[in-house]
Amino acid sequence: MARYIRDRGTAAWAIRTVVLLLCAIYAAAGQPAIAAEPEFPRLTGRVVDEAALLSAPVRERITGWLAEFERASKRQVVVVTVKDLQGYPIEDFGYRLGRAWGIGEKDKNTGVILLVAPKEREVRIEVGYGLEGELTDAISRAIIEQNILPAFKQGDYEQGIVNGIAAILKVLGWDGATPGVTRDAPESTQELPPIPLLILIILFVIFRFGRNAVFGGRHGRGVWGSRSRGGGFSGRGGSFGGGGASGRW
Amino acid sequence: MIRTFFPRARQIFLILFFAMGLVACDINAVPRYDEETRAAWSEVLNQYQRRADLVPNLVETVAGFARQEKETLTAVVEARSKATQMQLPPDILNNPEAFRQFQQSQAALGGALARLLVVVEKYPDLKSNQNFLSLQSQLEGTENRITVARRDYILSVQKYNTELRTFPGRLVAGVLYPDAEVKQTFDIAEQAKEAPKVKF
Repeated sequence: MARYIRDRGTAAWAIRTVVLLLCAIYAAAGQPAIAAEPEFPRLTGRVVDEAALLSAPVRERITGWLAEFERASKRQVVVVTVKDLQGYPIEDFGYRLGRAWGIGEKDKNTGVILLVAPKEREVRIEVGYGLEGELTDAISRAIIEQNILPAFKQGDYEQGIVNGIAAILKVLGWDGATPGVTRDAPESTQELPPIPLLILIILFVIFRFGRNAVFGGRHGRGVWGSRSRGGGFSGRGGSFGGGGASGRW
Repeated sequence: MIRTFFPRARQIFLILFFAMGLVACDINAVPRYDEETRAAWSEVLNQYQRRADLVPNLVETVAGFARQEKETLTAVVEARSKATQMQLPPDILNNPEAFRQFQQSQAALGGALARLLVVVEKYPDLKSNQNFLSLQSQLEGTENRITVARRDYILSVQKYNTELRTFPGRLVAGVLYPDAEVKQTFDIAEQAKEAPKVKF
């Protein structure tokens, strides 16, 4: 009798075990992916110039502003130029990119993305939830129409991006950025004697190399890349809900 | 020796296994996803409300320049009052009829607004009016936020409904959350019809 009861107990346990095992397998198999996402560029810095619209000095200059702005305000602003929008409307691409990168502080959602798609001839200022009150849709649109598009229409992407970023930072309460691209950089390098130029290049290479070695990219840079939190750039988990404005030229 | 050891080892093993299974099944998934869909739904309502709040100002501004477009303006005002006066039953997310009505009334407002913005093209003075430009970009932004909020809602309901209908969740819900019901969601085709993209 006792043996019979024990056997029944064992059978019940066996059934439960099988059910739970199935559960575990199910969980391990994972949920199917719900929706397709566009393929986003890697977040390699505050300026991600996939479409190669910016020269190195301008890129460094903007990066400097954005880094200083973040130190001053904890808010994150990034510039992205993409090769193409992969068939997505720019509004759709923009907020998903912002969420994927997590630009802005977590829970405060204080991120802004200036997204430029030269192939589609579209530009967008994507504003995180937390900044929608300051950088409103109307202001974003005004910046696009007044500061960005006039230069873009003449094919001067650098000028448009620099002016746009300066205007955005100003609206967000930071006056450190100056609009306008001074075009004397290429001329002066011609006038410079070769040795200082060489030194400049070496310094630049060291700076770049050093930065990459220390901070690295966000993905796939091994231990260095993923560990570095001391000054390398990554999103802080901010989210976006479609605020901002777009323009075409 | 063997007799005392074996059952104990088996017991420990089974208890461990049971615990693992519980974790794997995630008995809290249903209420958690339920809360997520509620949050996403409030965001949808919030953004629709925001659009409705923009309408009076917009209508007033347009009327100042284009009084002869009375018909279009009245259509917008009527669609707005219909959309805002609709009583949402508390069970709207599980009530296909009410959900469909809600969706239709909002789509009607979206359509009326889109027509208004087309009509406006005829009035260059209005189109260069600062107040109008500001309202227009707010409206554009709000339509975009509605699209995002709806998409987030669709995704959260998809997750919730999948949890309710597929294997481990279905068992858990059957035992622990017998009241949980599959929720209504927007169909995307309707969404594409409702908001014709106005390019400026």
